[in-house]
Parts: sequence; structure tokens; C-alpha cells
Amino acid sequence: MGFLAVPLLGLLNQTPWGHLLAELTTPIALQALRLSLVCSLGAVAVSLLLGVPLAFVLARVEFPGRNFVRALTTLSMVLPPVVGGVALLLAFGRRGLVGRWLDEAFGITLPFTTAGAILAEAFVAMPFLVISTEAGLRAMDRRYEDAAATLGAGRWLTFRRVTLPLIAPSLGAGVALCWARALGEFGATITFAGNLPGVTQTMPLAVYIALETDLQAAIALSLVLLVVSLAVLISLRDRWFPTA
Amino acid sequence: MSLEAGLGLTLGKLVLEVELAVATGELVVLLGPNGAGKTTLLRAIAGLVPLDRGRVVLDGDVLEDTAAGTRVPTEQRPVGFVFQDYLLFPHLSALENVAFGLRARGIPKAEARRRAAGWLDRVGLAASAGARPRALSGGQAQRVALARAMVGDPRLLLLDEPLAALDAATRTEVRRDLRRHLASFDGTRLLVTHDPLEAIALADRLVVLEAGRLTQTGTPAEVSAQPRSRYVAELVGVNLYRGLADGRSVRLPDGGAVVAADLNYGEVFAAIHPHAVALHRQPPEGTPRNVWSGTADTLEVIGDRVRIRVTGLVPIVAEVTPAAASELHLGDGGPVWATVKATEVTVYPA
Repeated sequence: MGFLAVPLLGLLNQTPWGHLLAELTTPIALQALRLSLVCSLGAVAVSLLLGVPLAFVLARVEFPGRNFVRALTTLSMVLPPVVGGVALLLAFGRRGLVGRWLDEAFGITLPFTTAGAILAEAFVAMPFLVISTEAGLRAMDRRYEDAAATLGAGRWLTFRRVTLPLIAPSLGAGVALCWARALGEFGATITFAGNLPGVTQTMPLAVYIALETDLQAAIALSLVLLVVSLAVLISLRDRWFPTA
Repeated sequence: MSLEAGLGLTLGKLVLEVELAVATGELVVLLGPNGAGKTTLLRAIAGLVPLDRGRVVLDGDVLEDTAAGTRVPTEQRPVGFVFQDYLLFPHLSALENVAFGLRARGIPKAEARRRAAGWLDRVGLAASAGARPRALSGGQAQRVALARAMVGDPRLLLLDEPLAALDAATRTEVRRDLRRHLASFDGTRLLVTHDPLEAIALADRLVVLEAGRLTQTGTPAEVSAQPRSRYVAELVGVNLYRGLADGRSVRLPDGGAVVAADLNYGEVFAAIHPHAVALHRQPPEGTPRNVWSGTADTLEVIGDRVRIRVTGLVPIVAEVTPAAASELHLGDGGPVWATVKATEVTVYPA
């Protein structure tokens, strides 16, 4: 317990409470805050767009290799983030598998861009959304969808008015975890998107750089991240720590 | 207006092979043990389970025809379904639940709510319109489920064990209400149950489904008088034998024989009511044509009667008074002789 608490206490102890606001409103800090928000929300959007359909397929459709696909989905969750970043470079870098085609056909480059940062964060955070949503779909009684059909509801209406509300708790938890993970992502972002202030320097990266030159700023930004993590934890406490 | 369904399908271990016709005005109750395929049959008619082969025709409209390759999806079938555990949408109020089907069909919100409120009033739940399903009692939830299924004016109403989820006390009252609501419904009705009391109380015609196949159909009185399967015989509480009749004697497959008063030939059922069976400890002499030796096995007290199961070449259940049972020490088991007068044996073609 002490092992987990002491570092956090150390952070709180060293926080420059006096000029916290000043530290958080320097141009560098504001850039990092804005970028973190944009990239993490972008990552959540990408995760929703790709992850919810994937969760549906995994939960509802029986196909050969389903277990393999599921394992692959969770791979980026346990993969060391730096390795994830390297993999992204090899796939989406200018000479990468897909990146080469993107560059030649559309002139799109992803490494060292904000879009690249979003991609890197989505890569590591999406599995949280997929797993939580898939669990919700599996736990749901599918006969509610049958009931909706007998009442005349087509597939889309059933999804909107019956399925989504029923899996909303799981989906919400998945989004919260996905967002928190995206916000805190470091290894994949710095490897794939680089550390360019205003373009890809999200908060975790800014903290890393600030450690060498401006400890106060580093602590201030770390505190913001800590508060966000706590907020996510508290909002999900009933799911993880249900009171009997 | 009517329903005609002739279908075959396989679902897991269940092989369903059924030909069923329901006329408007007759409430058909499908009775059968658990696992017989009753729910699957209803779901197949509703289009929730695809057929392997067969046709479902409602009021002349083909809902499904495997031979022609046509299939109307569930949401377009004019069918109302009351599910076994009601399946009221937990995130919607009672009113919203009932209005759901109307909204799904494009009816504007205000109109849908008005009609839904009207139906809730009809089933006596106007006061609970805003309640969530989890706040409703079993009987209330059942009525909401019924209103939800009927509000869209379906042409076919399917009810899957509508009283099964209720406790015995609520069941009688709800059954009465259900009977009333079903009587006022002017489409075709098909109800499924495993409870014989419910079946007899509600049915105009009874259809018995066992292991995916129909074994018997008729009015409750007809079915009770002439059971055609072990399941129905046990429900009615009658001893049932199947054998080859040659005049007055019915030869059973295991070697025994039952003597009846009437002449019959060919494959027959022979039914003997337990109260027609007399038990003796000594080989009896007398007029009864049927005398079988066996062993008294289990004993069951039912009201002010005792039922004794006798094993032997012709196994039989006898019903005697408690005094008689204790006098002969039938509770101790041991060898007994069972006698039945030929005039007490009912024989009918199999």
C-alpha cells in the first residue's frame, strides 16, 4: 500500500500550490493541454467508429478465427507502448506497408503529425472500448431484440432504442477507460508522432521534457493528469468496487 | 381469419415437425412438457427462428414458405408476442413500453402515448403508467406485456406460458383477467403452457406437443377422456396401455393382457382409472376379468385418497382409501394382486 501511495504523496507534497495556475497557463503548458484534449477525444472518436462494430462482430458473429481476432485486438493493450509505436511506424510510416500507399496516392503522411498522435493513442486505447462493449453485448439478453422485432422495430431502430440503452453502462465504462488510456499514452505517441510542441506534444510528453528544465511545470501537468485519473476512477467505482 | 402452419425445423437437439391450424374464434392451447418445443414453435411462427421446411400462412397471407423461398421478416408480421418473462424494456416506463410498437410503426409520439394510455387503462394499470418494469409486480408486468403486444392490433397473438412467472396465488386472478382480454381479441390466438390446469381453464381446443411432435388434439374433455400418450395420461391421472386388440382382449407388448367389455381390433389404447383398481393380498376369486399379480411399490397420499403404484407384468396405479391401505399394510410393499372389472376398461383406437 505504501509502495503505491508514497510516489503519489510525493507528487502532492512537491506541488507548487501557490503558482499552480501560472504554471498551467504558460504557452507550452496550454499547448500541451489543448493537444491532449484534442488527441484523446479524437482517439475516442476513432475507437468508437472502429471499435463498436468490431465489438458487435466479436460478440454476435461466429466466424473461424474469432478467438485469434479477439487476441489480436487485446494485443495492443499488453504490448509495450514503444513497441506499438515502432509497429505503427512500420505500417504507417512514409515507407511503411500502408503509409507508402497513403503518401503516393493522397500525399498523406501520418508520422509526426497530430493525426498520427491520434492514431497512436487510438491504437493503444481502442481495446479497452472493444472489450468492455463486447462484454456488455454478451451479457445482454438478446431476447429484448426479439421483443422489439415482434413490435415492428427494424434492425436500426432496435439498435438505437433497445440495444444501445441496454449496453450503455458497458459502453460508457469502455469510453471512460479508452479516454483515460489515450490521455496518458506516451510510448507509442513519442515513437510514432514525435515530440513536436503544438503538433504532437501531448501532456505526458510535455511532462517528460519539462522534467529536465522546469520541474514545477512538470509537477503541475502531472497533477492535472492525476486528477483526471482519479475522476475516471471515481466515476467507475460502482463497476469495479461494487458495495455489497 | 386463421393461422395455418406446417413446418419442420431442427434446433440443437430438438426436431420439430408440426402441422397446426387455428381458426379465429377458437383459443388453441398448446400443451406439453418442458423441452417439447413449444416456445420454439411460437418463435418459428413469429419469424424469430428460420424454418428448415414448411409454410406459415396467416389470414391467407404467406408469412413464410421455404419451397417458394419467401420469408416475411418478424418486424413486418402482424403478430403480437407475449414472452414468458414478459421482456419489458427495463429502461422504459410502462407507458413507453406499450407505446413502443406504435412508435416503431411511425405513429407520432402524442398519438402513440394516447393509445398506450388507453390500453393501460383497459388492463387496469392507468396508475402505473410512469413506473419502470422493476417497480411492477409480476401480475402487473404481465398485463403491461399483454397491452404492449395488443396495442398494435395484431392479427395473431402468441402467448408463451403467460402465467408461468407468477406465484400460485396471483395466477388464478390473472388467469381470469387473461381469459377476459383474450375473449375480446378478434384475431387468432395461440397460447402455450406446460400447466394442465391453465390449459383446461383457457382452451377451446387443446393440442399436445411432445418431443417436437403433436400427439393429440381435441377439446379438453376429449383429451382427458381418451389420453393418447403417457404424458397426457399422467396429467389426467389415468393408467394407459397401448397394445393389439383381438376381440375383448388387448395384448400388451411385454406379454400381459387387458380384458375389456367391448370388442375391438387392431392397435388400441386401453385406459383404466386408478379408482377402478382393487388390491388384494391373496389371489382373488371373483368376477373381475383382469387379475394381475405384482408388487406394491410406492405410496402417495392425495387428499383423502391413497395412490399405490404396483409394478409387475402389467404395471398399474390403484387408488384406495387410507383405511384400506393401512389394513393391508400396503406401505410395507410386498406382493399384491390387482383386479379390474372389464367394464371399467376404456378402449379406443390408437
